[in-house]
Amino acid sequence: MNEQPLWSIFVNAALVNNFVLAYFLGICPFMGVSAKVETAARMGGAVMFVMLVSSMCAYGIHHVLIMIGVPFLELIAFIAVIASTVQLVEMFIKKMSPALFRALGIFLPLITTNCAILGLALFQTNKGYGFVQSIFYALGAGVGFTLALVLMAGIREKLELASMPDFVSGTASALIIAGILSLTFMGFAGLGA
Amino acid sequence: MAVPDKKPVIATDEFIKGLWRENPVFVQVLGMCPVLAVTNTAMNAIAMGLATSFVMLMSNTLVSTLRNFIPRQVRIATYILIIATFVTIVDYAIEAISLELHKSLGAFISLIVVNCLILGRAEAFASKHTVRIAIVDALGMGVGFTLALLCLGGVREIFGEGALFGIALFPDGFEPWIVMILPSGGFFTLAGWLLLINYMQQRKQRSLAAAEEVTQ
Amino acid sequence: MSVATATPTWPMYRTLVGVGMLCGLLIAITFQGTRPVIERNRAEALQKAVFAVLPSASRSATFLVTPDGDFVPDTDAPGERVYAGFDDSGQLVGVAIETAGMGYADTMTILYGYAPQQEAIVGIRVLTSKETPGLGDKIETDPAFLENFVALDVSLDESGTALRNTIQTVKKGQKTDAWQIDGITGATISSVAIGDMLAASSARWVPAIHAQLDQFKTGDDSGGS
Repeated sequence: MNEQPLWSIFVNAALVNNFVLAYFLGICPFMGVSAKVETAARMGGAVMFVMLVSSMCAYGIHHVLIMIGVPFLELIAFIAVIASTVQLVEMFIKKMSPALFRALGIFLPLITTNCAILGLALFQTNKGYGFVQSIFYALGAGVGFTLALVLMAGIREKLELASMPDFVSGTASALIIAGILSLTFMGFAGLGA
Repeated sequence: MAVPDKKPVIATDEFIKGLWRENPVFVQVLGMCPVLAVTNTAMNAIAMGLATSFVMLMSNTLVSTLRNFIPRQVRIATYILIIATFVTIVDYAIEAISLELHKSLGAFISLIVVNCLILGRAEAFASKHTVRIAIVDALGMGVGFTLALLCLGGVREIFGEGALFGIALFPDGFEPWIVMILPSGGFFTLAGWLLLINYMQQRKQRSLAAAEEVTQ
Repeated sequence: MSVATATPTWPMYRTLVGVGMLCGLLIAITFQGTRPVIERNRAEALQKAVFAVLPSASRSATFLVTPDGDFVPDTDAPGERVYAGFDDSGQLVGVAIETAGMGYADTMTILYGYAPQQEAIVGIRVLTSKETPGLGDKIETDPAFLENFVALDVSLDESGTALRNTIQTVKKGQKTDAWQIDGITGATISSVAIGDMLAASSARWVPAIHAQLDQFKTGDDSGGS
């Protein structure tokens, strides 16, 4: 577990056990932001950054809490760190690119409740990854998340032009696409072995 | 629902209101992350549903009790703090009750804390109503949520393992649809239910419209 | 709804700190309350697993591995642990060791029982695995596969510091030696993973345990219930 090579951790998180398509984390932005490829890519980037920072903080928090003997405060500490990081990212994007800020709109603060980020912190703690391993895990997860989001957005953009019965369009079709994408990604299984 | 502010001060305000603006597609999809993952069997589904309901009940109660003491600026942070507390409590409770269950649900118990449903109820309802009504609301949402999970988990287990709650339903010759237990199965099953519901709603609307035309 | 111009900071702090303390208290109480139950459950589950991989064991005792590589009765110190199993007369049946490795889908952990008398692994039990249901998870259920672990040879060479043969997984039906494992068709990677994990772990622990066999006394007080 702790001896897992870095490239294996990365590939595993990005493809084999893709956070969205295998673990069902980050479904909210997955369904909500995946209408346009460009927005999806930028959202993915923001999430990847938050993941990286949260992952490093989670590692630190976990060990500090164990040292002072209050492991039960871990969840609260994690979510506090994630919320703060998102707030920072929000302010940063607002300054750097107001257009992007408007485009992302509601979804930026929504990253706080993005299960993928908290999930990342929890998984890496459970797996007992070291500091560098955690960083690669976060990078892999971020890349995988962005990949899933962009693929979904690409397909949905094309599907907008297709005609389908009313009751199928919308979330139902998005879910079916997600299911097929998930099946496809299963083809990567065994890559990290 | 209260009249929306003309000038939202913090982005988080906006996001909570946007969350719950009339958009059933949105609302329906939003609580789904930990849900899709642990509905591979009916037992897991019920456990998750009950755990989430418990957290919602307790957090609604506490938020409603403290509603006059929480300043607006820090309300989201406070809600999250309260929710995280009860999620931690539920996590330990499940571990004490059944190690097996705790292992199957894993980190997803902790992920209840980011279930938008709970935060949404706290913000939209519990903070504005008395404790008694908040409790009722939490119970209603919880039951509805658990039932929905059961629909997902039940279907997945029946077709994916040929059993329900571990009790075999089909004779030995049944070849289980493994895909149902896999992540794709979760997506497809949810899609299936949504298709059914949308279709029925569409039919109802069409027949209502047709009836109106006749009477006009 | 009137918009307050600027909420004074004191009520904000008061709320956050107050709620924070209340929450902390609730969690701490729950933690203390559930701790004994959880520990007991864990100990019971571990013992069941140890008995499963060391058939004929009726009592177990945990041993801590010191940084020097010595096996001592368990304490709270951090470190790795192995679990010794004893039969009714207090004789050592074997030592159960936990190991982890990369499977097909994700990491898996297994517990295996090493019986010094037979110089073999006499049982394995998969503790956690995320292998593909219906395919990779056959490592837990396939009777032919489990047969491999009734007497998997891990005898030591003359020097006593290394295994004579490394455990190896072979294609189903091609097993010729006692230290080989017949794989599962359709679950190659999972079965090879088990073989690799056992090979690495046994190479490390079997010589070490064998050298300190008399350390594993009954240890009635720290034994299982």
